Amino acid sequence: MINKKHLFKILVLLLLIGLVVPFFTESYVISLCSLGFIYAIFAMSIDVLAGYAGRTSLCHGAIFGSAAYMTIYHVTVSGGDPFVAAIYGIIMAMIISLIFAALAVRTTGVYFLLLTLALGMIVWGICQRWTSVTGGENGLRGNIRPEWLMSAEHFYYFVLALLVISGLMMWRFVNSPFGLGLKGIRESESRMRSLGYNTTLHLILGFVISGIGAGLAGVLYAFFNSFVSPSSVALTQSVKGLLMVLVGGVGTLFGSLVGAAVLISLENLVSSFTQRWPFVMGLTFVLTMIFLPSGIVGKLLTNKR
Amino acid sequence: MDRRQFIKTSAVGGLGIFGAFESTFAQSTGPIKIGLMAPLTGVLAAGGKEIVEGFNLFWELNGKKAGGREVQIFIEDDGSNPDIALQKARKLTEQTKVDFLVGNLLANTGLAVAEYAKTNGIPYFIPVIAADDLTQRARIPNVIRVAGYSASQTTHPLGDYAYKKLGFRKIVTISQDYTFGHEQCGGLCQVFTENGGTILSQLWNPLNTQDFSSYFAQIKSAKPDAVFCMQTGADANRFLQQWTSFGMKGKIPLIGAQNTTDQSVIRSLGDEPEGIISASFFAEGNPVPATQKFVGEYNIANKQLPSIYGFTHYTAAIWLVKAINKLNGNIENRPLFLDTIKKTVLEESPLGKPVRLDNYGNPIYDVFIRKVVKRPDGKYWNVPIDSYPNVSQFWTYKPEEYMKQPPYSRTFQGIKKS
Repeated sequence: MINKKHLFKILVLLLLIGLVVPFFTESYVISLCSLGFIYAIFAMSIDVLAGYAGRTSLCHGAIFGSAAYMTIYHVTVSGGDPFVAAIYGIIMAMIISLIFAALAVRTTGVYFLLLTLALGMIVWGICQRWTSVTGGENGLRGNIRPEWLMSAEHFYYFVLALLVISGLMMWRFVNSPFGLGLKGIRESESRMRSLGYNTTLHLILGFVISGIGAGLAGVLYAFFNSFVSPSSVALTQSVKGLLMVLVGGVGTLFGSLVGAAVLISLENLVSSFTQRWPFVMGLTFVLTMIFLPSGIVGKLLTNKR
Repeated sequence: MDRRQFIKTSAVGGLGIFGAFESTFAQSTGPIKIGLMAPLTGVLAAGGKEIVEGFNLFWELNGKKAGGREVQIFIEDDGSNPDIALQKARKLTEQTKVDFLVGNLLANTGLAVAEYAKTNGIPYFIPVIAADDLTQRARIPNVIRVAGYSASQTTHPLGDYAYKKLGFRKIVTISQDYTFGHEQCGGLCQVFTENGGTILSQLWNPLNTQDFSSYFAQIKSAKPDAVFCMQTGADANRFLQQWTSFGMKGKIPLIGAQNTTDQSVIRSLGDEPEGIISASFFAEGNPVPATQKFVGEYNIANKQLPSIYGFTHYTAAIWLVKAINKLNGNIENRPLFLDTIKKTVLEESPLGKPVRLDNYGNPIYDVFIRKVVKRPDGKYWNVPIDSYPNVSQFWTYKPEEYMKQPPYSRTFQGIKKS
């Protein structure tokens, strides 16, 4: 039903809807959408690695969270400027993903999964225990949004703009020769190596670029919540991002948008109707995995072929 | 209106005069909406359920009315997670448009919501969130600890009692390794050592410790006069069980922070907690009629004795209704509402004694030294054996001077070196 050209049209339509949403809804829905956009960036960054390089990561939550920590720390503790803090946050994400990448990219499959899981847990442990810097269990607090981002609408457009920019950049990235190289590695690393590619370096760069995406999401999350605690760094955060990718469709990039929308709505809207909302969420995943193993967007795309 | 209001509130809020213009637009008709947040899923779901039960009990007994207006209660699950708590606070405030927020259990969920309340200006009442600094160094004008307590408030007197009345000189502390544990333990250590006592060693166990045996070995080798134990929830259960099964019970006296022998813990245990001395402003075994009336009503409604969670939220409801009645239901003027809450003295508290707030928004209580005793029906409860009248969150220190010292943490426990 949908081919690439249609996909483009749909995205433009979605963007137009996105632009007018604030005129018709109240501030709660606007902030919920902003949150959805932030998670969409986060999920896309995971999809770059999972869908195109075939490396499913469980440490992106840690990258996301450390960027958020860095941003809030720079503003509230060091008294710095929010935008400098945002840049520091992204640099923080780059450094962490570089270290993680150097340690993890030689492995594949379940070993990569477990190694990134362990690396993520280390970051979580540090945030939990290094009380003098991270505030321990209580986390860091402080309103760090600059004056002009204070209103829900302004922040909404700000996040929307960054979503569009980062989405286009990631799309360009995965369709570039470099991105094709990643796909090649996904299909067969040894073959790519024998063709003369430095696959390790290739993967490290791919990982870092994906990490920058997660870092950007983390910075925005810090702006959004004015609060960060170990739960933003924890495994559940990585898993949440990964589930969004799975629901939307691995390797579709824009599927992450759908995945984020589904998850955020389930988490926030269903919970007002029933205390058993985690059950509804679990059921949704099980049903998605059985009937739409390639995700919602993935299914729509493959139908055409 | 909505958007303008938000911009205005945030701009004006920065200057510290939250919602000063609000009353111009507001009308005091229609129902009063209360947003109650509690962890109904996640690690603390059991405590969260008691929060809801305690809060609801008041409305079931007295009708959902206050100040001549109908009261609607919106309950949201914070999932024991600060990120979800924040989302829910946003939802209650911006979509449901509640008049004020109540609740939360875990300190980090409360701190996250408090930060939101600070920017938004919505009144937020925290009967269980005990993080000291919320009513001390980092207090927020619209966050009030109605019927709540600060973490070190009840352990200060316990430190005094342990030295003076129980005659302990050297103790070992074992506490959960997170802020609430650091603060409770710090309160005891500071007062105990300033009296002249010695802390032989401090043990910190991570949350969800399954096996305490290695800690017991360290306690034994330190040869203390007594052990101070601060545990909550399942950790408290496990600690008390293992303390008994390792034969420590009866050999080394055990004193506890209020949560260690809270009803939520000991109701699922046998005789393990019997005889443990702890300090709290609430003792379900207090024979005064007001307390027993509440305990009886709670027992009938929920088939169990009340814990600190149920009690504080029940009392918070009385407190809020009293203030709302004083204003004849006109609570849209937030500064006036907050002021009225602060000035309200609760004579009809289930404690049987009037309770009032200090200038920092934290209640002043008579703190009971309690002992776990067997009831005729075989259940165990906390009975007061002594009391310290009018204990504020600052103990006997001057507030200004007290707040100059850093907050209690793993590295700062207020220990005076002798």
